[in-house]
Amino acid sequence: MKQSFRTAAGGRIDRTSPLRFSFDGLTYRGFKGDTLASALLANGVHFVGRSYKYHRPRGILSAGIEEPNALVSVHRGKGRMTPNLRATEVPLHDGLEARSQNNWPSLGLDIGAINDRFSRFLSAGFYYKTFMGPKMAGTTLWTRLFEPIVRHAAGLGARPVDPDPDRYVQYYDHCDVLVVGGGPSGLAAALAAGEAGADVILCDEQSELGGSLLAEARCGIDGQDAAIWRDATLSRLMQLPNVRLLPRTQGFGLYGHNLVGLVERMDDSGPAPGERPSQRLWQVRAGRVVLATGAIERPLVFSGNDRPGIILADAARIYLNRYGVRVGSRIVVVTAHDSAYRAALDLHQAGITVAAICDLRPAARGALPAEARAAGLKVIEEAIVDGTRGRRRVSGVLIRAGADERVGQAMELDCDAVLMSAGWTPSLHLSSQARQTPRWDAERQLFLPGGGNSGIVSVGACNGVFGLAEALAEGHAAGCASTGQAPGRHFAVTGDPPQTGGWLGLQPGDTDSGEAFVDFQNDVKAADIELAVREGYRSIEHVKRYTTTGMATDQGKTSNLNALAIAARALGRSLPDVGLTTFRQPYTPVAFGALAGAHRDALFEPVRHTPMHDLAAAAGAVFEDVGQWKRARYFPQHNEDLHAAVARECRAVRQAVGLFDASTLGKIEVCGPDAATFLERIYCTPVASLRPGRCRYGLMLGETGFLMDDGVFARLDVNRFYLTTTTGGAARVLHHMEDYRQTEWPDLDVWLTSVTEQWAVVAVQGPRARDLLAPLIQGFDIAAAAMPHMAIQEGQVAGIPARVLRVSFTGELGFEVHVPAGYGRALWQVLRQAGEGHRAVTYGTEAMHVLRAEKGYIIVGQETDGTVTPQDLGLAWAVGKSKGEFIGRRSLKRPDLVACGRKQLVGLLTDNPAVVLDEGAQLTASAHPAPGSAALGHVTSSYWSAALGRSIALALLAEGRARQGEGLFASTLSGSVPVRVTAPVFVDPEGSRLHG
Amino acid sequence: MLLIRCPYCDMDRPEIEFRYGGEAHLVRPENPDSVSDDQWAEFLYVRTNPKGLHAERWRHIHGCGRFFNALRDTVSDRFITTYRASEPRPDLPETMA
Repeated sequence: MKQSFRTAAGGRIDRTSPLRFSFDGLTYRGFKGDTLASALLANGVHFVGRSYKYHRPRGILSAGIEEPNALVSVHRGKGRMTPNLRATEVPLHDGLEARSQNNWPSLGLDIGAINDRFSRFLSAGFYYKTFMGPKMAGTTLWTRLFEPIVRHAAGLGARPVDPDPDRYVQYYDHCDVLVVGGGPSGLAAALAAGEAGADVILCDEQSELGGSLLAEARCGIDGQDAAIWRDATLSRLMQLPNVRLLPRTQGFGLYGHNLVGLVERMDDSGPAPGERPSQRLWQVRAGRVVLATGAIERPLVFSGNDRPGIILADAARIYLNRYGVRVGSRIVVVTAHDSAYRAALDLHQAGITVAAICDLRPAARGALPAEARAAGLKVIEEAIVDGTRGRRRVSGVLIRAGADERVGQAMELDCDAVLMSAGWTPSLHLSSQARQTPRWDAERQLFLPGGGNSGIVSVGACNGVFGLAEALAEGHAAGCASTGQAPGRHFAVTGDPPQTGGWLGLQPGDTDSGEAFVDFQNDVKAADIELAVREGYRSIEHVKRYTTTGMATDQGKTSNLNALAIAARALGRSLPDVGLTTFRQPYTPVAFGALAGAHRDALFEPVRHTPMHDLAAAAGAVFEDVGQWKRARYFPQHNEDLHAAVARECRAVRQAVGLFDASTLGKIEVCGPDAATFLERIYCTPVASLRPGRCRYGLMLGETGFLMDDGVFARLDVNRFYLTTTTGGAARVLHHMEDYRQTEWPDLDVWLTSVTEQWAVVAVQGPRARDLLAPLIQGFDIAAAAMPHMAIQEGQVAGIPARVLRVSFTGELGFEVHVPAGYGRALWQVLRQAGEGHRAVTYGTEAMHVLRAEKGYIIVGQETDGTVTPQDLGLAWAVGKSKGEFIGRRSLKRPDLVACGRKQLVGLLTDNPAVVLDEGAQLTASAHPAPGSAALGHVTSSYWSAALGRSIALALLAEGRARQGEGLFASTLSGSVPVRVTAPVFVDPEGSRLHG
Repeated sequence: MLLIRCPYCDMDRPEIEFRYGGEAHLVRPENPDSVSDDQWAEFLYVRTNPKGLHAERWRHIHGCGRFFNALRDTVSDRFITTYRASEPRPDLPETMA
C-alpha cells in the first residue's frame, strides 16, 4: 500500500529502510524511525479504535505518552501479546503485528456502537444507579443477565493468557544527578552537570533524545539549527564518561529519598528470545533529581471533538517535521493558544491547505498570528465550534464567528483534519509524587510544581517555562546548581517568539456542550461532570470516581485540567479551591513482568525445605505451605485420600509408633551468666528453678499479657538454654527477645543465637517409641527411670551426635531427636529402618493436629488470636505465681483480663458424631439467634478423631468452663447443629500414657 | 524507599534492611506493680502520633541487628537524625521538620 500522506522529503525517518507491518490484518508500509501511529497516519489511517463506553470511532489524538485513543495490542508470538500500548509509543519494526481494541466483531462493524445511540441513557453513574442496591444484587436477573453483559463490556483490551516467555531484569543504581526528560532543558541540565564531572543519568521515554527539538523546524540555538544543536549536544554528552544516556526509558515514579523508578524498553526492534531482556527496571537513588518532563497540550472541549482526524495541533507539527507525515490535505485549526499557529504555518509551508485558523479568543494579536496573517492564512477571531461532521473521519467543522449568536455567522468548513489546542499543561506528575504540592498561577491559569524538597527541581515546560531560550537557561542553571557551580549561561535562540493564551474547560461562549468529550479514553463528556455536580458531588476526588474521568490507563493526561475547570465552574468555585486529584505512581502503565523481574516461577518466593524433604517426597508425601516451609501434611498409601491417610497415621501413633519431621520448629540458644535471669523475665513460666538436663513447657506473653508463643525450653547447662518456638513464630520470638535484651535490660550478660537451620528434628511418638529408639542410643539411658518425661540428654543416636528430649505433642510416650542438620537425612533413614519391626508410620502435620487436639494441646494462632491469656486457655498452671517480674505480668492483673465473661477454651462434641464442624463456626445458645445478637464464642479446631470414632472440636466460649455439659448450637453452611460443651481433653485425661 | 542511617554501622542503608519498632523513649515502669491500671494501660496503648517530628525505634534487623532511635518527620517522611538506643532524644527545634 502506498504511503500517500508521506511527504516527499524531510523528517527523521530513514527512507532507505522500509518496513512492513500489519494493523487489524491489513499490511502497510512505513520506515525505520516511525512509530506505529506515524506509519498509520502516513497511510491515511486515523480511525484506529473504538471508545470504551459508547464505542465511538476514535483516531490518533497525540504524538506521545499522553495518547488516550490509539490503544493497540501488539502480537509477537505465543505469550508475547501486550494490550493497551499507545500506538504513538510503539516503535515500528519489520513484521510488527498490531490490532485495535474495544470492538466486536471488527473495528468497522462494531455491535457495541449501539451504545452511542443510547448514550443519553448511559450518563455518569449509570451502572451505579441501574444495577446496584439490595433489590438487584444477588437476583437471578443480575447474575444471569446483566452481570455477564457488564463484565463482557468492562475493561480495556484483552489480557494475555499465555505465560510471558520474555526475560525482564532489574538494576539498582546510584548517581549524583538524574535528569528525567531529554528535551532542551533536560539536555542543558545534563550538559552542565556532566561537564562539571558529576555522575549523571539522563533518561527519556522516546527512542531518540531531544524532545521538542526533534520536531523543531523554525528555531535556531546559538547560531545553529535546533536539530544541529541537539546533535552537537548529544555528541558532547556521549563523550563524557560520567554521563549515561538512557533513551527508551520512562521515569515512572518518584519515591522516598530520591529513589526514581525507570523502565527501559529493550526490544524496540522486535523480540530477541533468549538473548536480550525485553525490559529493564531501574531503581536509581539520585543525589539530585532534575525534572524536565515537559508539558502536554490540552484538547479543546467542544461538541464532536472526538472524531478521527481531530488531532492536537502540536502533534500534527511533530508528525510533519519529525516523521514526514501529513495528517491531512485540508485542515482547520481551532485554538485558544498562539502555539497552534506554529503548527499551522509549518503545515502551510509543507503545502497543506489551511482552510482557516479559528481562534476562540476575542483577539489573536501575538507575533505568530501576525505571521500567519502575513502568510495569507485566514484567521477567524472569537470563533465558536458548533459541531463537526464525519463518522469515521472528520469531514467538516461548523463555526460561528462571534460569541453573540445574533451577530454570529455560522459556516461549515470542509476539511479532512482538525488541529486543536487549548494550551499547555505542565507535567507535574513526578514532582507531585515527591510531595511538592502543586501551586496555582492565577495569571497564567496553570498549576506549577510546589517547593519543599531541595533535592528535586523542575525545569523547562514542566515548570511553566515555555520559551526555548528560558528553558535552556533554566535547565543549564539546574545542572550547575546540582554540582555547586555558579549558575549557568545564556542561550541565543531565534525563531521562538513569545506564545500566550490557553483555555480550561468547555470552550468559551458555549451553552450546549452536546457531544463534547473531556476524557476520551473513559468516554466522559462535559455534561457528565456537570451532572455529577448537580447530583451533589463536591470533592473533585468524588467527581473523578463517579464519572471515571481521569481514571483510565492514561490517568487523564489530556483531560484532568479540563474536567477540573468544568467541575469548578459548575460548583461556582475557583480551580485551586476545588483542587487537583492526587498524582500517583506510575506515570505510565508498567508491565508486571518488569516489576516482577526474576521473581517468578521458582524464584517467586524463597522456599524452605527440611533436610528430610526429598525422602518424604519420594515416599509420596503431600506437602503444605507453613510460612515459607514445605511441610509433609500426610503420607498417603495405596491411593488413600486425606481422611483415610490421617486416620491410619493417628491410629498407628496411638497403637504403635510414628515418626514426624519437626525440623521446622524455631530453635534459639540462650547463653551467658544471666541466661536464666533473662529467660525468667521472657517466659511467664518459671525458668530459674529448672535443673540442667530438664525441659519445661513455657509460655511467652507480650507486654499486654496475651499469649504470644509457646514451646519447650531445655536447660543444657547452668548458663545455657535451648529453646524451641512455633514454626511460624521463630523470627518474631527472636526479635522480641532481642528487643528486651538490647533496650530494656542491656545490663544482662546474655547472648541469643538462632539455630533453627542448624538442627534437624524427628519426633518419635507412641507406646513403642522407647522400644524403637533404645537399641540406637549410645552414651546414655532412655529407660523410664533414667529419662522421665521432660528430660533432655545428649549423646549419640545410631552414631549421630544428638540431643534427645523426652517430650510429647501427642499425649503418647514421646521423644524428639535433634541432630545437626546435615545428619537429618541419615537419622530419618535409620529411624524408618528401625521402625519396620515396630509397625511404625511416618505421619504429617494433619495427623499431628488431630493428635494434639485430642489431648487439648493448643496451637498458637489457632486457639489464640492475640487476645487470649493463659487463664483463658486453662494454662494458668504454666504461669509462675511466686516468680519475679516477667513480660506481661502486670497486664494479667488488668481489670479486663480478670473480668468475668472472658472466652475460655472448651471441648465440643456434636450431637451427631458424624458432623465435623467448620473451624470458625459461631456458637449460640439458640438455633435461630435473633439477627444482630452476639455469638458466645467460636470453634478454633475441628477434626475427625479416629481414636474416638467421632468428631471433636475445641472452641473459645464465653464463661466456657462453667458451661460444661451445656447444649449449644454451632453455625454451619446448612443451618445450626446442636453441640455439647465438654472439657478440652478427649483422650487419656489422666495423662497415664504420657508417663509410660 | 527510605534511606536510613544506622548509627552503629554508620551507613545509609535502604529501608528493606530495617524493621520499625514503634515510638521511642517510652519508659517501662521500674516496678509495674506500683502503677495504677490506668497508668499501665497508657504505657501499653497510648502513643503520641505527632504530625511532624517523631522519635521512633528502628532495628537494623538485616544488618547489624541493633536497635536504635530516629527522629523522622511524619509529614515529609524525611529522617532528621538517627542515634543509639542509649542516647537521649536530640534537642532539635520543631522547625527542622
